[in-house]
Amino acid sequence: MSVLFTIFWIAVAVVAAMALGWLFRWAAVAASRGEARRALKTAPLAASFGMLVILIYVVVALFAPLIAPYAEREVVGAQFLPWDATHPLGTDNLGRDMLSRLVYGARNTVGIAFATTALAFFAGSFLGLLAAAVGGWLDQVLSRLVDILMAIPALIFSLLLLTIFGTSIVTLVLVIATIDATRVFRLARSVAQNIVVMDYIEAARLRGEGLIRLIFREILPNALAPLVAEFGLRFCFVFLAISALSFLGVGIQPPTADWGSMVRENATLITFGDVTPLLPAGAIALLTVAVNFVVDWQLHRASGLKE
Amino acid sequence: MSDIWSMIARRLLLGLLTLFVISLIIFGATELLPGDLAQNILGQSATPETVAAFRRELGLDLPAHTRYVNWLLGALQGDFGTSLANKRPIADLIATRLSNTLFLAVYAAALSVPLSLMLGILAALWRNSIFDRAANALALTSISFPEFFVAYILIFVLAQSGLFPSMARMDPTTTFSEALYRTFLPALTLTLVVTAHMMRMTRAAIINLLASPYIEMARLKGMSPARVILKHALPNALAPIVTVVALNLAYLITGVVVVEVVFVYPGLGQLMVDSVAKRDFPVVQAVALIFAAAYVLLNLTADVLSTLSNPRLIHRK
Repeated sequence: MSVLFTIFWIAVAVVAAMALGWLFRWAAVAASRGEARRALKTAPLAASFGMLVILIYVVVALFAPLIAPYAEREVVGAQFLPWDATHPLGTDNLGRDMLSRLVYGARNTVGIAFATTALAFFAGSFLGLLAAAVGGWLDQVLSRLVDILMAIPALIFSLLLLTIFGTSIVTLVLVIATIDATRVFRLARSVAQNIVVMDYIEAARLRGEGLIRLIFREILPNALAPLVAEFGLRFCFVFLAISALSFLGVGIQPPTADWGSMVRENATLITFGDVTPLLPAGAIALLTVAVNFVVDWQLHRASGLKE
Repeated sequence: MSDIWSMIARRLLLGLLTLFVISLIIFGATELLPGDLAQNILGQSATPETVAAFRRELGLDLPAHTRYVNWLLGALQGDFGTSLANKRPIADLIATRLSNTLFLAVYAAALSVPLSLMLGILAALWRNSIFDRAANALALTSISFPEFFVAYILIFVLAQSGLFPSMARMDPTTTFSEALYRTFLPALTLTLVVTAHMMRMTRAAIINLLASPYIEMARLKGMSPARVILKHALPNALAPIVTVVALNLAYLITGVVVVEVVFVYPGLGQLMVDSVAKRDFPVVQAVALIFAAAYVLLNLTADVLSTLSNPRLIHRK
């Protein structure tokens, strides 16, 4: 019976998502001009829905203090209060307002994941482009190092590093960024290797352009498209990795409101049939799905596939 | 024939070398810590005497390379030293947990591999149909879900109604069928997480081949679509499919950590997470070494199998 019920709600959610996507696309097309308008018009419903969700998350993260009814760490009532008018989503294991923590979680979890991805990206793509541009022993050393680091499962490696360096937000960001930078390095290097053999690179070298100028002015602009798509995918991986670590209790530490640790703290409610602990987990899932939908559409557009 | 053996031998050597370097990293990572490890773990308030005693206990007074050789030789014989938290030999802690984790991983693999291959072949056969689109959307969605979300949804839906237990307790008296029943939800979670990826790759590998001239030929001579896929496309798509299956089994190794914690399953993953929180680094190192070894081994198997399934790679000039 409950299975049928779930299927029904999934169907409702899918229809609602499609309707929202359609509305958002209509609004976005009306509000935009030129190139962007043409691209948006052909956007699939899933991608429009994805863009809408990302927009909502960004707004919630930016204006968290204005949206949240209570402060992030304020104890406002008894533990595990049910949903009512004063606390729309009840309270958590310490009696803090669930809705407020969800809202602040958007800022903390997404913010930290974004910063980590950006860090991983700058380090990984710079080293990747450098390795391809310089070649020789530098390329060999960096590539072999990355091969070795990639031979260790990411989650296991991050658990090992967190044991050694202790669990704080700074170490978390640095550890995940290092691990993900290896994946970005791989892509950046392989993309750049096809570029450095081009004639215009040869010409730039003969002109006497410096290494940094060569990387940023000649190689990077031509490698940007695959790297941007990779940024979206990397964000999903980083976001899921940080959430998983927080869920395991070794990521973002309390009392910071964070979706992964919120699931862990309130998980006992599940066994009593309360859906509340699923909300932060759902928030994580929704954002990753949304980013994936948009990246999928962008990749499709970039490759020009019609299949 | 000797080509194949020398190829396998070369890959094995490379795998051993990788494992050796990984063991260096896993061991050496503790050396990266600025300052003194013992001081760091005990905290600033520890007296110099306790720190000195702790250093002796850890063997930190010996040079790093001696400690590494001792550690590696011990690990090769199944002796990983003693846990910092409860002073028990790590080998004892690991023994039953390793078999529990393997049981869960094999269970999930037995469910997910046939399921995803079947779904992938069907999606390729009926591509662009409603079934294909629904399967694809579902796959993309479940790839983006964190494991614990899938796990809690399953608990919410299936354990609520009392169909399956939400905690996977295991003890020595548990019979095989009982174990299958108790670990059904964790295995199903892992299955859902890996199936999506395997299915998408199987579909992509088969569809990639459908544009080849020999498929065109088979179609033109009047073969049914199902026969074309099963007899002509599938054998040629075997190499990428085998690789994807092995990679996903390797992925199961890390997925198992989160799932074990959700279902309170006494496996290696849970031991590792507990030890991370306690900063019990000898245990973390031992478990990390086991996980990494399994990961390297699976990747190696994928490499060898995909080469074996492609005659062109074996008889390369």
